[in-house]
Amino acid sequence: MVEKSIEEINRRIKEGSVNVVTAEEMVGIVGELGAKEAAKEVDVVTTGTFGAMCSSGAWLNFGHPEPPMKMNKVFLNGVEAYSGVAAVDAFIGAGQLSETEGFDYGGAHVIEDLIRGKSIDLHATSYGTDCYPRKTLDTTLNIYDLNQAIMINPRNGYQKYNVATNGINRTIYTYMGSLLPNYGNVTYSGAGVLSPLSNDPDYQTIGVGTPIFLGGTKGHIIGEGTQHSPETNFGTLMLRGDLKDMSADYIRAANFHEYGTSLYVGMGIPIPILNEQLAQSTAVTDKDVVTNVLDYGVPSRDRPVLRKVNYEELRSGSIEINGKDTPTSSMSSFKKSREIAGELKKWVAAGEFFVNTPSQRLPAKATCKPMRQTTRNPLVQDIMAKDVVVIDENATFHEAAKMIMENTFSHLPVVSEDGKLAGIVTAWDISKAVAETGCNYVKDIMTKRVLTSNATDPIDIAARNLDMKEVSAMPVIDKDRYVIGIITSNDISKLFARRR
Amino acid sequence: MMIKINISSNVIGEPILAESMIETKTALNISQAHFDSTYGEIIAEVETDDFKSIREALESKGAKVTVLDHPIVRDEEECVECGACISVCPGHVFSFDEEWGIAQDIEKCIQCGTCIKMCPHHALSLEK
Ligand code: SF4
Ligand code: SF4
Repeated sequence: MVEKSIEEINRRIKEGSVNVVTAEEMVGIVGELGAKEAAKEVDVVTTGTFGAMCSSGAWLNFGHPEPPMKMNKVFLNGVEAYSGVAAVDAFIGAGQLSETEGFDYGGAHVIEDLIRGKSIDLHATSYGTDCYPRKTLDTTLNIYDLNQAIMINPRNGYQKYNVATNGINRTIYTYMGSLLPNYGNVTYSGAGVLSPLSNDPDYQTIGVGTPIFLGGTKGHIIGEGTQHSPETNFGTLMLRGDLKDMSADYIRAANFHEYGTSLYVGMGIPIPILNEQLAQSTAVTDKDVVTNVLDYGVPSRDRPVLRKVNYEELRSGSIEINGKDTPTSSMSSFKKSREIAGELKKWVAAGEFFVNTPSQRLPAKATCKPMRQTTRNPLVQDIMAKDVVVIDENATFHEAAKMIMENTFSHLPVVSEDGKLAGIVTAWDISKAVAETGCNYVKDIMTKRVLTSNATDPIDIAARNLDMKEVSAMPVIDKDRYVIGIITSNDISKLFARRR
Repeated sequence: MMIKINISSNVIGEPILAESMIETKTALNISQAHFDSTYGEIIAEVETDDFKSIREALESKGAKVTVLDHPIVRDEEECVECGACISVCPGHVFSFDEEWGIAQDIEKCIQCGTCIKMCPHHALSLEK
């Protein structure tokens, strides 16, 4: 049994005799020497990752203005920062969008601009108190004007990520990027062989107080991250670092089309090799890190798993989905991850960065629960009109016009001879038919590609479909395409108005 | 080089593409094509030496030929070399090099703009 102490390793770091390698290099070393010899040889293994970590942000302290103010609402370049704490502190979150620029600028951009030393417009409002009389404030400041600018990331460094693809027939825009229709591409995140938590999956050395590389400077792990789920191999970390010392080489704002903003965070953890077991776990390869490919076309928490896949396959450029070779895209940068592991290695080798024993271990037994929901999510069947009137496709448009006049619906589902949905007509289609010649039957004037809904679809999904396709009603059909109801955007607005 | 061939409705039924290729003995490597009853649009690659003759042939038959000479531009300062753009590009313009940096084959760009929406870092643009 090889046993080394933290003190021994730190002494070598101090003396300049430490043997530090990256997690990529460790694979070869353990392959050649075996875990036992490698544990004797190698003192520290460095890891690195650089990818979108939405759960990031920074606490800023602005100092007190004159007259003083208890800032109640705070905006930085138009992006709201949370200030429900003491008078002049605020938390700027990476995912908060600008009130004026929307998807183009968000909290992540404020953070990058701060790091770059740019000027930021601060706007704050308050209700005014005896001790803090001021009600509004506008000023321009930069990171050097702040007392503290501390990055606190509630959930970073995910051990691994689910892989995304899309089975529906349109492109969808997600936090995993653009997913092309009909399983047209696959996107993934994470650094595989270099992934910090995959290199110490038992949390032997990674814990509260572990020093890390964060954004180009030294930071710390302050605990397990939110949604920490080590039992399912989805462990996470909560991180802290000084924004004032960070570099835009390793902290970058990002925009995901039609999704929002996020922050690319560069992070690396040094793993002291105290024993053979750690030598073995830091020899993890891309092939060993296995994850699931999910169909993001299904808008549900429980997305169907299409297959298992490892990082070696993902990084080969394509994987097979339903028998088809499908191109893969990484959303995180392996090149940067490597740079980070390399940088951390240099710091350790130069005697500038030491390892330690965590002041507290992270929970190794925990899973992430879904939300407890006490109100039932309304379904289409709860609000659809069930007494829907349909018309035969062989009826004349005069008959259709009459039916629309007699009923309160402005949309008339059209059925074919076997009673199944064939199209839809609206009052507008009928007026067009009157103006044109040669269209006598409903089947000539109806819209054939009808957007439909299922009775058991959640209302939110029906509402989004109506919105996106810019239509105002959808027939509700059963599995054989018989019309069992109709749902309109009007019904939905009424429901949402009640919910508020 | 990449070219775009537009065929208007009055000649859409005629095999002008095939005729032009046979006449000029030029191969067009078609990467995208769209046809309906009102117009046709084809994106194709052609050898630079053959470009003049195929353009003359196509235009004499009523098609319009434009050279696609504003391919995608990547801002290397903004780019973090993630590779997100790789899988969405129909022209297979992007790939990883041996060091996991981004290699690009700009010649193949058909200027569709798909990668611009994909890039999380606003590093790509089709500048005119
Ligand atoms: S515009 Fe982008 S996605 Fe389209 S072909 Fe060019 S490089 Fe590829
Ligand atoms: S998606 Fe953007 S940032 Fe990523 S490699 Fe392509 S150009 Fe660079």
